[in-house]
Amino acid sequence: MSSDTQASEQEIAAKVRDVLRSHARLPVDVDELTDEADLFRAGMTSHASVSVMLALEDSFDLEFPDRMLTRQMFERVSSIRSAISELMAERGK
Amino acid sequence: MSITIEHEPLTRVRRVASDVAKAYAEEVDLDARFPSEAIDALREEGMLSALVPTSLGGGGSSIDVVAEACFELGRSCGATGLIFAMHQIQVASIVRHFDGAPWFDTYLRRLAQEQRLIASATSEVGTGGDMGRSIAALTVDADGGCFFEKQAPTVSYGSFADDILTTLRRSPDAEPGDQVIVLTHAEQMTLEPTGIWNPLGMRGTCSPGYLLRARFAADQMLPTPFAEVSGRTMTPLAHVLWSHVWLGIATDAFDRAREYVRGLAKKTPGERPPAAQRLSHLMSEVSLLRAEVRSGLRDFVDGMHGGEGEALSTMATALRFNNLKIAASEQAPRICQGALGICGIAGYMNGTPYSIGRHLRDSLSGSLMVANDRIHDTNASLLLIAKDV
Repeated sequence: MSSDTQASEQEIAAKVRDVLRSHARLPVDVDELTDEADLFRAGMTSHASVSVMLALEDSFDLEFPDRMLTRQMFERVSSIRSAISELMAERGK
Repeated sequence: MSITIEHEPLTRVRRVASDVAKAYAEEVDLDARFPSEAIDALREEGMLSALVPTSLGGGGSSIDVVAEACFELGRSCGATGLIFAMHQIQVASIVRHFDGAPWFDTYLRRLAQEQRLIASATSEVGTGGDMGRSIAALTVDADGGCFFEKQAPTVSYGSFADDILTTLRRSPDAEPGDQVIVLTHAEQMTLEPTGIWNPLGMRGTCSPGYLLRARFAADQMLPTPFAEVSGRTMTPLAHVLWSHVWLGIATDAFDRAREYVRGLAKKTPGERPPAAQRLSHLMSEVSLLRAEVRSGLRDFVDGMHGGEGEALSTMATALRFNNLKIAASEQAPRICQGALGICGIAGYMNGTPYSIGRHLRDSLSGSLMVANDRIHDTNASLLLIAKDV
């Protein structure tokens, strides 16, 4: 993995955390959670998760296809980051 | 005859429906009592373990067979159909999500052997009807035993069940949405009724509120979190099986109207009674309901066998099965009311071969069991993000 890709992975994670901070309505600060922490167990409701998805689409200027719109995909910072990386890579092709 | 038992579960269910469920339907409705004759007959036919794999001693039946059974039972007695449907939903939730856990492996064998009936306590006082949140929590004793106390606004056939599936917060400090499912035996529980049961319809389901208390072992918790069980099995399958029951009720109402019109026609040979045209209109309505219910079943079965195992967990899928529930629960009472219009006073009177009252009252429960307004609320959110609906 090149240093460029690593930097952008970090940027993506930071932006994801910004969105979570504004829209996930978590009872704790998102920075207290690791990338692998379960956001639903941390208190994100299904309703809030829809706001998160919309805000992510807006913030990254992309659209999640239906196959990605599952609870599992939005369960962790790491899974959201992978989904976004995948879509950005597809767009880059 | 063991060959019949292996190969013809539906023939047996049809026999239970026509010989037993139908015979007691009026009495069950009038007295708001549990349809014990029909449920016992289904037990004798081994139908309570229809969805348990044969390797665990069950019937190994497909969802199609169980859905058809719900339809057939619904035609004879709505309450029996709904109890059967709810039980099968609990069984499927365990079978599809127990993940090889030894306690549940043993339990499923027992279920098949003893034909145990499972009820569920998924709703809770204080959550505003949102099944995705719990207040009651699974709590562990100093000695490692578990207990819970839950205020449930309705537990269908709770007093008649051998076991109850209950949703709880994972622990006393867990968030409301961090839910697990526990299965407890009747002898591990106390059920303190908190209300009386005297509803408009589905009277035989005996679903009053209870304060539930249970003490049990830690391995009675299903290993899969409730959110996943609910999204992939419990909710979509509930909508599929309930709607088959409603289709059964509406179909019987239509059949009664048809018999009524045929009776009129026989009295006036050579002259078609005016009600015949209304019957034709009603048939179109039945066809619409049947098409939606059957395609819902098709989509569920396809999703179950869909490649990545994720097919049933997308938001587009949630919308699809939510719509099935809304459409079927609104269409079934419309059909019953249409049948009532055709049968007239003979339909309005109880105790005639053309009575539609019980059908209409039973079918009206559909839009309330998980309120359609709540489902529309969920759909409104999902529509903001789902793409191919």
